[in-house]
Amino acid sequence: MGQKRIVTAYVFLAIPLVFYIVVRFYPMIYAFWLSFTNWRLISPKKDFVGFDNFVKLFKDKVFTTSLWNTIKYVTFGIPLVIVLSLFLATTLNRVRHLQWFYRLLYVMPYITPLVAVSWVWRWIYQRPPAGILNNVLMAFGLDAQPFLSSMNQSLPAIVVTTVWVNLGYCIIIYLAGLQTIPQEYIEAAEIDGATSRQSFFKITLPLLNPITVFLVVTQSITFLRIFTQVYNMTDQGSGGPLNATKPLVLYIYQKAFRSFDMGLASSATVILFMLIMGITLIQLLVLNKRVQY
Amino acid sequence: MVFPFVWMFSSSFKTSEEIYEMSLIPNEPTIANYEFIFKYSMFPRWFLNSMIVAVVTTISVLFFDSLIGYTLAKYTFPGKNIIFILILSTLMIPTEMLVIPWYIMVRQLGWMETYWSIMFPGMISAFGIFLMKQFMSTIPDDLLDAARIDGVSEFGIFIRIVIPLVKPALATLAIFNFVGNWNAFLWPLIVAQTPKMYTLPVGVSYFSSENLTRWELIMTGAAVSTIPLIIFFIIFQKQIVKGIAMSGLKG
Repeated sequence: MGQKRIVTAYVFLAIPLVFYIVVRFYPMIYAFWLSFTNWRLISPKKDFVGFDNFVKLFKDKVFTTSLWNTIKYVTFGIPLVIVLSLFLATTLNRVRHLQWFYRLLYVMPYITPLVAVSWVWRWIYQRPPAGILNNVLMAFGLDAQPFLSSMNQSLPAIVVTTVWVNLGYCIIIYLAGLQTIPQEYIEAAEIDGATSRQSFFKITLPLLNPITVFLVVTQSITFLRIFTQVYNMTDQGSGGPLNATKPLVLYIYQKAFRSFDMGLASSATVILFMLIMGITLIQLLVLNKRVQY
Repeated sequence: MVFPFVWMFSSSFKTSEEIYEMSLIPNEPTIANYEFIFKYSMFPRWFLNSMIVAVVTTISVLFFDSLIGYTLAKYTFPGKNIIFILILSTLMIPTEMLVIPWYIMVRQLGWMETYWSIMFPGMISAFGIFLMKQFMSTIPDDLLDAARIDGVSEFGIFIRIVIPLVKPALATLAIFNFVGNWNAFLWPLIVAQTPKMYTLPVGVSYFSSENLTRWELIMTGAAVSTIPLIIFFIIFQKQIVKGIAMSGLKG
């Protein structure tokens, strides 16, 4: 009987195991291996070149710019998305009417195709007379701004779009977390004379800590992998103007599927992988240290 | 929060003359843009492509993820924990790292310009396996043993007893996968090289650059790619919110 079940289990797992080996593990190892070769798709030459690609990457100004841009996306985006969603979630949590309706509004951007979102925002940021935002600015007597065509404003403009997209997801998760906090804690604090500000910082925030860590990590990964919005919001998907908005993934895409430099592009994916690994490991460390309240 | 959506839909009903006006409600609402898109562009084909990709991968994920989740939750066999950990560890591999090897595989196997090439990487999802395993471990073993005594086959137990018990989890997984595949951009952009095989997001992206100044058509294209998800959302809104919440509470 036991023997038969073991066989059944392996039969059930046969196709998935083949899938995981062929479609996940083998390609990952292959990508690592490619990162040490000088292979270009168009030539049969595939020599092992050691760390040459990585040296080449860090000498390439476009690469260091896109790495730097990626870091900017993460460091501007994460505080914005976390603080805003925490604020909106605690506010929404107090609203007793039409909760489902607000949730609906906030989830909408999250389920909409990012390509559609990007094009709508691209229009919002257009120069006058088309750009909606510029029309609003001008209506208030302010100067029109170049937004996406400016070296300084284009990256923040894309950050804002991305924050808008991810906000709903974070709000829902914070709301779920807020609902697990026993109401008695807050009431007890109020009886002891705590202000709502104090009970937020001393009770709610610490209890939400695990959720905040989870969101910081998953959102960091999302911002590290930024691609679609930059591809669709910049001219010819170039990450312009002059690479001012180009993230790591767009660099990888261009090297692999425009220049067909598979070796170099693979090295860049290895760097992306290590960044994501690093953030995930930090999460594990922080979560293991979770303090009991 | 909703303003960009409202703007997208309102613009899709505007004429090319009115498109630059800041009115929220079109003066002369027209469905000409929708007509144009469906009659004179490849949008219907892209819509169909997206539908095929999203539906087929979702069915595949539901079947395999629940089967794997069930096996990992309810059977004891050597190597079980290693297999589970290995599957979960793939969650850390970014797709961007795999697309180059996948692209090379697709070329070597001659799968270019097929639905299969767009769909194969998403046929099984590690997140879904985790979700299903968690759900299925709450099913009492006695129930399964009773079925075994009644002579139901192992696969029969899975299909006839386990599956009906985990419908809420299946619904969550279905929504996540459908939305994810419908919206996927990077991989379809890489493998769909002729307009015939574009999915909607790739199509909108291409369509827009070809018609850079025709904002009313771009907004209509964006609206068309969003409408199925809005319908989906209205039907399943409770499950979507629950599903998102569930995805965050696993940590």
